[in-house]
Amino acid sequence: MATELLVATRKGLFTFRRAGKGSWRAAAPDFLAAPVTMVLQDPRDGAVYAGLDHGHFGVKVHRRDGRRWKEITAPAMPPAGKRKGKPVLEKDGFGRPWPRKLKLIWSLEIDPAWPGALWCGTIPGALFHSVDRGASWTWVESLWQQKGRRKWFGGGYDTPGIHSICVDPRDARRVHVGVSCGGVWRTDDGGGRWRNVAHGMQATFVPGKKGLDPDIQDPHRVVQCAAAPDQLWSQHHCGIFKTGSDGRWREIKAKAPSRFGFACAVHPQDPDCAWFVPAQKDECRVPVDGRLVVTRTRDGGRTLEVLHKGLPQQGVYDLVYRHGLDVSADGRQLAMGSTTGGLWVSEDGGKAWSELSAHLPPVYAVRFASA
Amino acid sequence: MVLVSFPRVLERHVACPPVEVDAATVRQALERAFAQLPAVRAYVLDEDGELRPHMAVFVDGVPVKDRRKLGDKLTARAEVQVMQALSGG
Repeated sequence: MATELLVATRKGLFTFRRAGKGSWRAAAPDFLAAPVTMVLQDPRDGAVYAGLDHGHFGVKVHRRDGRRWKEITAPAMPPAGKRKGKPVLEKDGFGRPWPRKLKLIWSLEIDPAWPGALWCGTIPGALFHSVDRGASWTWVESLWQQKGRRKWFGGGYDTPGIHSICVDPRDARRVHVGVSCGGVWRTDDGGGRWRNVAHGMQATFVPGKKGLDPDIQDPHRVVQCAAAPDQLWSQHHCGIFKTGSDGRWREIKAKAPSRFGFACAVHPQDPDCAWFVPAQKDECRVPVDGRLVVTRTRDGGRTLEVLHKGLPQQGVYDLVYRHGLDVSADGRQLAMGSTTGGLWVSEDGGKAWSELSAHLPPVYAVRFASA
Repeated sequence: MVLVSFPRVLERHVACPPVEVDAATVRQALERAFAQLPAVRAYVLDEDGELRPHMAVFVDGVPVKDRRKLGDKLTARAEVQVMQALSGG
């Protein structure tokens, strides 16, 4: 049972502590007024990491040990170099400029291979690894050098980004990363070699066969079942996909009440159980009919239940962004934060929800932790 | 000596008192200031050592012309002010 909930928002990091069944109390915010784009607690040493976007002053990373926050190193790529004396200008799949400048800390995960080791995904699409709790970062250049990487493009941001990092609990060298827009990439040797494994996903907004190209897929979020790591789920731009026994992605048939959304979560013990937060459609990113609902499948995607007990059901415009949904390690607690500052928790697998706040800043990420 | 100062709003994130340095150009003044205040560097310059897009440098009240190389020359008692735009909501 998680006893702490970390909420990264546009105006600071908010911590809620569990006070009893369904009751969570807010602690004083950290980094008030600063955009916090990602947060992670490392359960091995209790450290909390926060990615900040100071805008004019750049992107920073802070670590909390005990009660004290300390600024640590922000990951950086080396310059693209020069050709014939002129700086190389890298471009995305549409020929638009793709500068190597750090724009956002978009994903942070622990690497169980070594104590204090971390993975970090960023906009503009670079992956980093640290073996010293973020004191230094190594750029995973092998992913950047993949031919298919040059076809990536930004989805909602100027440049592509890595928003999901799934480390296989059986073998920490096997890692999947989700890219918007650039598919799902897999390494089996800790980041040496990579291949795109987004086969089966389909970008229906791209005409013809090109829509099946793994290198241009927009999986909004990719999650992995801890107990059955071959089972991946994705809320893709064009529908909900899951991997089959052959590793290929297939869209699930159930569509309730829509196929569009950003967030998804999978039960850590049950690969057939996953949650989603639907929005109307790409060009109308609000809940269907003004009702906030969570959908859940418990049969591997054959059917979707619509869950709404405790959630507002009239005149609602909350959107739950890709990191705005989390599930606890026991699969019972769910937390959900919206871009209009709503925060809800469920302690029965999503059947009933309690509102913790309706007035937070826009929520970028929610994550369960332990005090 | 050249006086280098930073925007007050930056003080929220990182200690950045004004510092005095010997310097002949803006780049030199900033680098010598950052030698005394290493944590401030990444707030003013990006990973390539370029002035962040919404930062500005004024010398004796006049914005510098060379934002890229920061090569503008300084007089012995120049005042270099780092400033930033305000935006967001």
